[in-house]
Amino acid sequence: MSFDVDLTMRRGERTIAVAIASEARLVALFGPSGAGKTSVLDMIAGLLRPDTGRIAVGGEVLFDSAAGLDLPPERRSCGYVFQDLRLFPHRSVAKNLRYGLELAPPERRFMALDEAAEFLGIAHLLDRAPHSLSGGEAQRVAIGRALLAGPRFLLLDEPVSSLDRARREEILGLIARIRDELALPIVYVTHDERELERLGAEVVEIG
Amino acid sequence: MLSPEEWQIVGLSLKVSAVAVALTLPLAFALAWVLARSRLPGKVLLDALVHLPLVVPPVVTGWLLLLAFGAQGPIGGWLDRAFGITVMFRWIGAALASAVMALPLMVRAIRLSLEAVDPRLEAAARTLGAGPWRAFASITLPLALPGVLAGLVLGFARSLGEFGATITFVSNVPGETQTLPLAIYAALQLPGGESTVARLAGISVLLSLCALVASEVLARRSGRGPHVL
Repeated sequence: MSFDVDLTMRRGERTIAVAIASEARLVALFGPSGAGKTSVLDMIAGLLRPDTGRIAVGGEVLFDSAAGLDLPPERRSCGYVFQDLRLFPHRSVAKNLRYGLELAPPERRFMALDEAAEFLGIAHLLDRAPHSLSGGEAQRVAIGRALLAGPRFLLLDEPVSSLDRARREEILGLIARIRDELALPIVYVTHDERELERLGAEVVEIG
Repeated sequence: MLSPEEWQIVGLSLKVSAVAVALTLPLAFALAWVLARSRLPGKVLLDALVHLPLVVPPVVTGWLLLLAFGAQGPIGGWLDRAFGITVMFRWIGAALASAVMALPLMVRAIRLSLEAVDPRLEAAARTLGAGPWRAFASITLPLALPGVLAGLVLGFARSLGEFGATITFVSNVPGETQTLPLAIYAALQLPGGESTVARLAGISVLLSLCALVASEVLARRSGRGPHVL
């Protein structure tokens, strides 16, 4: 599995340009706030269209401006954990988790709901409403929802920046396990160097 | 309590209003969607056009409908030639007048509820494998639904009270276009009609009150933010 990304996009006065060519299990986009890290994730996920460039993950081309190729987000098999989580407020935790699971073609699913709930330690939260969850709990549910959709890779946008130190350690441990046990390649966005060391990430600087 | 004729008037009013909101809902939803989400260049003009029935004298709206749907009118003439249908002096014409008058209120309510749905939730649904239509049906629509229902009830209440455009467009035909407000108006013209007026007015107030309370309850539910299922 490899990330092969090369894209540019003009946003007003600024130009976001990034090149990632990596075989690493975990690539970190590192840079100050406002450098366009989230925009890069949005472009990889297909939520934002680069002006020019190419995005390939594990040899599968998701976007290629020269070839006129632009897969819609639902066909990119990308597990995106947003910085603002975006849990569906009108669905219980279990129904949030099931959302992507039910849409995933059977051959793409690699986890059952119970398995994921166990792995993430959220089995006791399944009947709860998203707004009743703590920050760490909501983060786990968001990760679980992305995993259950059967992604080929994960995009994690500052997954621990809003958490206290104890929760941060827990989630970082979980991410390391996803990287190692599930062997899912990850693009990880952060502005904190300590997280990079903790996860042993290959670093791509932005901005 | 009510005489058979008066019950018939209430029944006709409910039928006209129900058909009016049913006719308006798809159009109101489409317009609300465009106004809430699209980047159409002429959006301000469209917005103003939609709101026109709210501020134009109803008699003018009725007259414009008469021009369009009359036997010589572009739409009325076509309906007559193609299907042999006329809406003139018919209850369906009253429903049409009510529909036009209810449109701005319904568009407003639906638009507000659509604007309250965070498009980032739809983006999340897309990354989880949902196509645009499924994301809309499973995320946007359920989150906007209380507001849509509130708009429906509000439009229904507005239709029940519709007078000016209706009487101009389809006249005051007992049993066909004589809805509650028109019947009250007719009873007022008759000597000794006061008791009829009082009963019909009472019914009108009661129906409107129910509709407004229902609409408010629904609107509050939609404005509460996070929904529990």
